[in-house]
Amino acid sequence: MSRAALLVLADGRFPAGGHAHSGGAEAAVRAGRITDAASLEAFCRGRLHTSGVVAACVAAAAALGVDPGELDRAADARTPSPALRVAARRLGRQLTRAARATWPSPELDAVAALFPKGAHQPVVLGLAARAAGLTALDAAYCSLYEGVSGPATAVVRLLGLDPFDATGVLARLADEVDRAAREAVETAERVVTDGAGVLPARSAPLLEIGAEAHAAWPVRLFAS
Amino acid sequence: MHLDHHHEAPAAVSADARRPDGTRRALRIGLGGPVGSGKTATVAALCRALREELSLAVVTNDIYTREDAEFLLREAVLPPERITAVETGACPHTAIRDDISANLEAVEDLEDEVGPLDLVLVESGGDNLTATFSKGLVDAQVFVIDVAGGDDIPRKGGPGVATADLLIVNKTDLAPYVGSDLARMAADAKAVRGELPVVLQSLRSEDGVREVADWVRERIAAWTA
Repeated sequence: MSRAALLVLADGRFPAGGHAHSGGAEAAVRAGRITDAASLEAFCRGRLHTSGVVAACVAAAAALGVDPGELDRAADARTPSPALRVAARRLGRQLTRAARATWPSPELDAVAALFPKGAHQPVVLGLAARAAGLTALDAAYCSLYEGVSGPATAVVRLLGLDPFDATGVLARLADEVDRAAREAVETAERVVTDGAGVLPARSAPLLEIGAEAHAAWPVRLFAS
Repeated sequence: MHLDHHHEAPAAVSADARRPDGTRRALRIGLGGPVGSGKTATVAALCRALREELSLAVVTNDIYTREDAEFLLREAVLPPERITAVETGACPHTAIRDDISANLEAVEDLEDEVGPLDLVLVESGGDNLTATFSKGLVDAQVFVIDVAGGDDIPRKGGPGVATADLLIVNKTDLAPYVGSDLARMAADAKAVRGELPVVLQSLRSEDGVREVADWVRERIAAWTA
């Protein structure tokens, strides 16, 4: 197992399409719910403990070898907003391309053939971690970290927020990311024996509602 | 067995000239350049000039709207199913250079849905003088500047002006009104570009896109040779 491979996969510059998505931050900025570093931190914390945890559990389970089709159906069932399902599959397709080019693997080839328009991104993330020789814990970390770093980067662009303040938010969330990653792996291990039904179904209604409104805006900076 | 093999074959990665089914993919030409220099107008003119002889499609990279795609739809230069807009998250140069996955998917989806295609034009969102396309996304790139943006732009150079396969100096009809010296722009461009071609064009004149359309035809001939 290579530690450096984790850095490659977790790098915000990994070319898998994430730069065009705000993780709901653009809608929250427009609604006045994110206005500064403190409200960005609250937003990221909420995302981390709701949809973030669900995604991390799915990614960790995929990294442990749980059937991608079963995990994809479970992710669908836990994503009420059609706009978010579209975004998750689009990002999954982009990650599939980048991961296959970076870490060629029969499992990634199989998921590309099974889901030509993309599986849910966390499913692909887990398989990418597997292909890179990484662990379920690594997959959970990648998922949780990009779930908070995406909105933080987007808010720097949307509000002109001081980038040092935005990075400070990520640093203050580090302990919570650690705990959530460990819990995600424990859950993923139960999925191996008990099936995808034991995955958590936490959600943040405002993220879902905001995503639907955002998808209908005629003018926006981010795809979601 | 054969079908299974087909499905397991690696998907076309970036610059591969063949699609997964073995057929030759469309030639991809990128058009970049500063905001307002006439990229979309050039794309529209190229579509009108070439659509009878080539099967073509367009991908636009708008910065925060679907304005460019909608302009092309409104002008009816191509049927709507041949025009796709990619969203770029406030960074148009990222989508054409550093992380090209969304654009590659748009190109491949167009080939799947309306293909076979001879040519895909990928239009960048208006950006700065350093914005260039990845070779993983396009086979050739055109950089579009205009006389009203200042006649010192060719002298300033930069990756777009200096290295694009074709440089278009657009809106030459405006030169007398904005005090731009066309001869100087042409000489400066020649100095930074060497043998790479430069076209001075005005789309206001009849058949104004002819030289650029001829350049595209040469590229197509070379691609399919």
